[in-house]
Amino acid sequence: MAEADEASKPLFAGLSDVSISEDIPVEGEITVPVGSPSHDDEYSTLDEPVKETILRDLKAVGKKFGHVMYPKKSTTLLRDWDLWGPLLLCVTLALMLQGGSADSKEDGGPQFAEVFVIIWFGSVIITLNSKLLGGTISFFQSLCVLGYCILPLTVAMIVCRLVLLGGTGTASFIVRFIVVVASFGWSTFASTAFLADSQSPNRKALVVYPVFLFYFVISWMILTFSPSHSDGATDTGP
Amino acid sequence: MAAVDGLQFQEFDDAENLLVANRDATTISIGDPNEKPTNQRRSLGNSPREEDDDLLGNADSDKTELLAGQRKSAAFWTFEYYQKFFDVDTYQVLDRIKGSVLPLPGKNFVRLYIRSNPDLYGPFWICATLVFAIAISGNISNFLVHLGQPQYHYMPEFRKVTIAATAIYSYAWLVPLALWGFLMWRNSKVMNIVSYSFLEIVCVYGYSLFIYIPAAILWIIPIEWVRWITILVAMCLSGSVLVITFWPAVRDDHRKIAIATISAIIILHALLAVGCKAYFFDAPQIEVPGLSGSIASGNGTVTAVKTH
Repeated sequence: MAEADEASKPLFAGLSDVSISEDIPVEGEITVPVGSPSHDDEYSTLDEPVKETILRDLKAVGKKFGHVMYPKKSTTLLRDWDLWGPLLLCVTLALMLQGGSADSKEDGGPQFAEVFVIIWFGSVIITLNSKLLGGTISFFQSLCVLGYCILPLTVAMIVCRLVLLGGTGTASFIVRFIVVVASFGWSTFASTAFLADSQSPNRKALVVYPVFLFYFVISWMILTFSPSHSDGATDTGP
Repeated sequence: MAAVDGLQFQEFDDAENLLVANRDATTISIGDPNEKPTNQRRSLGNSPREEDDDLLGNADSDKTELLAGQRKSAAFWTFEYYQKFFDVDTYQVLDRIKGSVLPLPGKNFVRLYIRSNPDLYGPFWICATLVFAIAISGNISNFLVHLGQPQYHYMPEFRKVTIAATAIYSYAWLVPLALWGFLMWRNSKVMNIVSYSFLEIVCVYGYSLFIYIPAAILWIIPIEWVRWITILVAMCLSGSVLVITFWPAVRDDHRKIAIATISAIIILHALLAVGCKAYFFDAPQIEVPGLSGSIASGNGTVTAVKTH
């Protein structure tokens, strides 16, 4: 014990007269950055034309659409998350799903606000669920992935509307059914490919099931969409 | 420094061997909790309440008491506080669902499956699935019932989802709250062996609703007697799980209060099922025969419980 004290004494005692310039050569500059970075070095995005700003964001959104349509395990969707794409898809879907006007005595299809709330509220709940189960994904990343994976369902909605223009018979129902089921599977598969890595393997099914339920409900809304101007019941025939 | 001999590890005999010497000694066995304590009690001749030990789950109470104390407690405004209610794996959730559907006569759902780890994942997502299952099945069933009628225009009837959600979530949260309050109040009057925490009761109720999901899908079939049989079977299964769970908690109370509590649990469970069926699924006939049929079925279930 006493030896340790003596060994430490010269170590600390000599600190007061250590002069770095004699023992260790030091080189370099120390400057404090004053003010904003100079405009010569960085391209400030405030100065660019508006068209470029919009195009850059649109390109990012478009690139992510491509990632959703061909889901492979890439981290681009997670790394550069943005919520423009989900907003665009959600508004499009809600506009197209909007039920008829309130002239019928019974309640019709979902209104714009209902679809909007379901999509966003559902995404928030699924994200909270994933985080509570111990997932490593961040809140907005998860919202981004869930929102972008609605793209196949939006495409299915457009296809269904086009098919409905041709009539509401059994054939159109079968075509719509197949399209909706295919896009439901695609959405679930795409979002699972992005989200499943962030969970421990014991709980993967617990995280995937709410996603499955979410897309199932949206697919159901798409499949049962009936245009308000149709005259008479859906004649499915014998 | 201390003597080295005193640090040698001493082997202690098994509990049974020690008890041979001194019958009244208290021994604690920390080993395989499923086997040793029950052997201990059987050797002490404690047989009249033997089956109750399994019911109360005292077979592994040592282990659960130990583990319960190790959980760290966070403040209720932090995220970690709520994370401990989602500390379940997939197989645990599946086990609990299985336990809620298959009532085993001697096994208590709470002690056997929940074991001081109540989760909110099961109740929340089972209720969500049930809401959508009822709404979607109701929609399909109405469509099938009115098939071929030219004046029927198909409506998705979206508003019913909100009503279903309100009804089911209030049942899953308010009834456990009332039951927990009632049990706490009775606990202060009469000393009960078993008391459940609020979350455990929520857990039991949430998982007991699982049986209604396949029942709701079967209600699509527009034949009345199929629907009533489905309700009866579902109610018997999940109702018996509830009865087996809550019977130990009210057993030591006055006879009338115990019976009244158990009957109230069953009647509320039946009311939920019958109410959902009546509201969301158009009967192929007029509504009135269905209502009188529901009262008869409710009474029949209560008397069936009493005779058991």
